Amino acid sequence: MSLFASGNQTVGPYLHIGLNWLITRDVAGKGIKGERTAIAGRLVDGDGVGVSDGMIEIWQANAEGRYAHPEDTQKKPLESGWRGFARVFTDSKGEFRFTTIKPGRVPAPDGSLQAPHLVASVFMRGMLKHLCTRIYFPGDAANHDDPVLRLVPPARRGTLIAKRAGKSALEWNVILQGRNETVFFDL
Amino acid sequence: MKKLVGYRKYHPGTQPAYNYPPYRSTQKRCPTQPLVIAPQTLSEITGPVFGWDDVKEGDNDLTRQHKGDPIGERIIVSGRVLDENGRAVPDTLVEIWQANAAGRYPHKTDQHNAPLDRNFSGAGRTVTDKEGRYRFVTIRPGEYPWRNHHNAWRPAHIHFSLFGQAFLTRMVTQMYFPGDPLLPYDPMFTCIENEAARNRLVSVFDWESTIPEQALGYRFDIVLRGREETPMEKMP
Repeated sequence: MSLFASGNQTVGPYLHIGLNWLITRDVAGKGIKGERTAIAGRLVDGDGVGVSDGMIEIWQANAEGRYAHPEDTQKKPLESGWRGFARVFTDSKGEFRFTTIKPGRVPAPDGSLQAPHLVASVFMRGMLKHLCTRIYFPGDAANHDDPVLRLVPPARRGTLIAKRAGKSALEWNVILQGRNETVFFDL
Repeated sequence: MKKLVGYRKYHPGTQPAYNYPPYRSTQKRCPTQPLVIAPQTLSEITGPVFGWDDVKEGDNDLTRQHKGDPIGERIIVSGRVLDENGRAVPDTLVEIWQANAAGRYPHKTDQHNAPLDRNFSGAGRTVTDKEGRYRFVTIRPGEYPWRNHHNAWRPAHIHFSLFGQAFLTRMVTQMYFPGDPLLPYDPMFTCIENEAARNRLVSVFDWESTIPEQALGYRFDIVLRGREETPMEKMP
């Protein structure tokens, strides 16, 4: 049996009404192991203006490199309180912030290991289907041979790698258009 | 690790373009560089898992969230969440939000000159059962104007947000009502090129889920991305 998929539609300007209840600013609660960091940034449109009606969702593995999902069958520890999900909205300036731990390395399809990364979905009014991107960690030696980063033109890879912004703080922006336009993936 | 089974790309024409000029705001909010084609890895084939622990009883009844009854026509919105292979998507979170019967959202940026309803917040959620079924009780939302173009009105709609079983199956969509005369004028509806996929966003009147003397039923099935290959079933 083959069905046509439903079409994606924009979240519209009133997304908060339905989605606010699941706001999750801290991926890693008490008792979760790992190197803690805040990740903050700005979601910016083609005029350089902050998007005030946007939402970012994060999905990531724990510090061991294990996802809280039945299809991750790796024999690595998984804390009972670990989900690996964040949902944050942008504010009136387009800014967002969440805290998490740096994930461990997870396998790539060819059997090698990927560099530590988060995957992100970006939603907003004026966007009919969400965009998918990744956040990598600055200075991680594994970034050099990450199988996904390697597919990105070298000049654009930097848009996927967060910048240090103080102790335990990273900056990562989503630039929708123009110079330093963020890399988005067709998956 | 077992071999991963990926998800098929959406069928051409079933999904909107990022830049769809009739919906004006897309023009400054769409990527201008082509998307980078990337493999589906463990990171994308997995995704957040939500279940009944995440919702409360009554979260799926938008007419019982306040002291009084909301104004408007009570309706039952129910259906199944399926994948493109026609398989049920069980145990998945479904979130909805909508305007009240007058076409107004209780949101600080909604300045439409229509009354708010103190008995209606317009948000609900539930989890699908083993057959992928879900059900909400709500009121029929009103149409409302927006400033996309001259005399622009949104058809009556309910926003739906779904996760499915993977990062790759995440979907936000909208449900419309059958016979709504505003549909052909609405760029959010017309942005879906494939007619069958477009009409999948229109619910159907459902006599069987209608409750006599209580509420009309509308059926709305949602189809998420399907697997590349059919996973092996355990033989009995």
